[in-house]
Amino acid sequence: MLPLASILFEVVGKGLPAISLSFLTRPTGNVTDPSSGIGNAIEGTLILIGVTCLIAVPIGLFAGIYLAEFGDNKFGRTIRFLNDVLAEFPSIVIGILAFSVVVIAIGHFSAIAGAVALSIIMLPIVTRTTEESIKLVPSSIRDASMALGIRRWRTSLSVVLVTAKDGVITGIMLSIARISGETAPLLLTVLGSGFFFSGLDQPIDALPLRIFTDYKNSNYPSALAQGWGAALVLIMLVLGLNLGVRLLTRGRSSFARARA
Amino acid sequence: MSLSEEARPQQAKTPIRKRLDALLALRFSIDDLFETSTTILAASIILIITVTSVLLIRGSIPVLEGFKTGFFTGTNWISVAGSESYGVLPYVLGTLVTSAIAVAVGVPLSLGIAIFLAEMAPWSVRNALSRVIELLAAVPSIIYGFWGLFVFRFWIRDYLEAPITSYAGAFPVFQGTPFGLDILTAGLILAIMIIPTVSSISKDVMMAVPSSQREAAYSIGATRWEVVRTGVLGYARSGIFGAIILGLGRAVGETMAVTMVIGNASGSAALPTSLFKQGATMASVIANEFGEAESGSLHLSALIGIGLTLFLFALVINVFAQVMVWRVLKVRGGSVE
Repeated sequence: MLPLASILFEVVGKGLPAISLSFLTRPTGNVTDPSSGIGNAIEGTLILIGVTCLIAVPIGLFAGIYLAEFGDNKFGRTIRFLNDVLAEFPSIVIGILAFSVVVIAIGHFSAIAGAVALSIIMLPIVTRTTEESIKLVPSSIRDASMALGIRRWRTSLSVVLVTAKDGVITGIMLSIARISGETAPLLLTVLGSGFFFSGLDQPIDALPLRIFTDYKNSNYPSALAQGWGAALVLIMLVLGLNLGVRLLTRGRSSFARARA
Repeated sequence: MSLSEEARPQQAKTPIRKRLDALLALRFSIDDLFETSTTILAASIILIITVTSVLLIRGSIPVLEGFKTGFFTGTNWISVAGSESYGVLPYVLGTLVTSAIAVAVGVPLSLGIAIFLAEMAPWSVRNALSRVIELLAAVPSIIYGFWGLFVFRFWIRDYLEAPITSYAGAFPVFQGTPFGLDILTAGLILAIMIIPTVSSISKDVMMAVPSSQREAAYSIGATRWEVVRTGVLGYARSGIFGAIILGLGRAVGETMAVTMVIGNASGSAALPTSLFKQGATMASVIANEFGEAESGSLHLSALIGIGLTLFLFALVINVFAQVMVWRVLKVRGGSVE
């Protein structure tokens, strides 16, 4: 408990003085400039989250549906096992993967490479929580739908998945919280930037990267203050997502959460 | 509807084969298409793991050809063009030593927390405390790193390392000036970071132990501790072991927090001969040097080679851990996992 209390205390205490409207909206540019802010990092994190969700959520949903509905065979068990293994991969190895595939293909660091890396981190979490949530849906609901003559794919998507949506949304939100704090894969893929978004094939900034850059420049007091401010914004985003989800879904098994 | 109903028994035997046959014969319904598409997307997970292995191996071929097994046993790390030399041994040892500290310190604490939560705490305390532990798990590692660098480091330096140096500075493992940015601090911050993982999975595993186990132990006159030790820990041991190994896996792969507190030595200077020495781990070297490596250079290949080594470590550890955790949680039956 002590570490959490100390982290919150330090981050709030040192981050709060840095926060102002211009700090949250101005681009970084030169960090020693008094008008330097983290607007570009916040924007970059939101863009990365958006693109990552576009890639990982559909694949994860369908993979989860497969595991829950058709996965009771050898192939399904293999996928489930590999999915759990993938969920625990070191994120820096996933960064190398995205670097080798996307960065080398495009020829330079880019936002899309970061989104690919984050998608690979997000995918197993979404898959697993979707599967778990679907399995909790009582079979009577599925039977009722089938008895009305509704086709299996409609039953899966419009009846079972909709019934399971609370759990699915929980999984997606927790995985967003997880990826928004990931730094190591971004170092290898999006590089970071001092300016606003200029295209998915260009480098982009993100909150965790901004904190890391500020750490490297921490002999400048302004960079250090900016780092604490960015840390406060990031921790509020991550803990806010977590607390929000937990308030919405009390009393579910903590196993899936511990993994997320 | 009727088609998919009839198809079910066959499907259990050779699902992939049946799908393929149907596709090739162009006789499929929307239901078949739906099942096929979910199967393909699920298979993307296999694809990702395969592509990762292939790319890591391909990327590290130049350095493996250049240094053969010397890449794994060498202790030099020189990226200056002309006198390049790459050996990952100091970084592998750095990873192993920091992870060992994390497990040695973090696991007893985690098990204490898990036993308290699963066996002793009243329902309300269990709920509140579990929630705090989950929040601790959610804090991004870069924030642990920032906190470690500007706060935790000084606690370690002033309250742990300085007293140790004055009383036991003569032991080889405590050689060096206490500075706070060293292998010990990295190991301890990893210990804090694995506590949420290990304690929450251990708690779930312990709560999955049937209550008949506890009742049986009580009925032959066991004390409360004996019930926990023989009835619960004995029954759940392979799951708890799995939780510990999963924690180890997290510690091995953890990057940012370690990079920021370990001091980042290079080459043979990074050999972990003392706890108070600056070191480096496999992950921290990749994070530090990846941006400097020219594309196509031997340096980049060496870094990917470290990635390959780390990948193999993580793969072995995680496969092992998953098997252990599964064995216990399966007992509960149904979809508990």
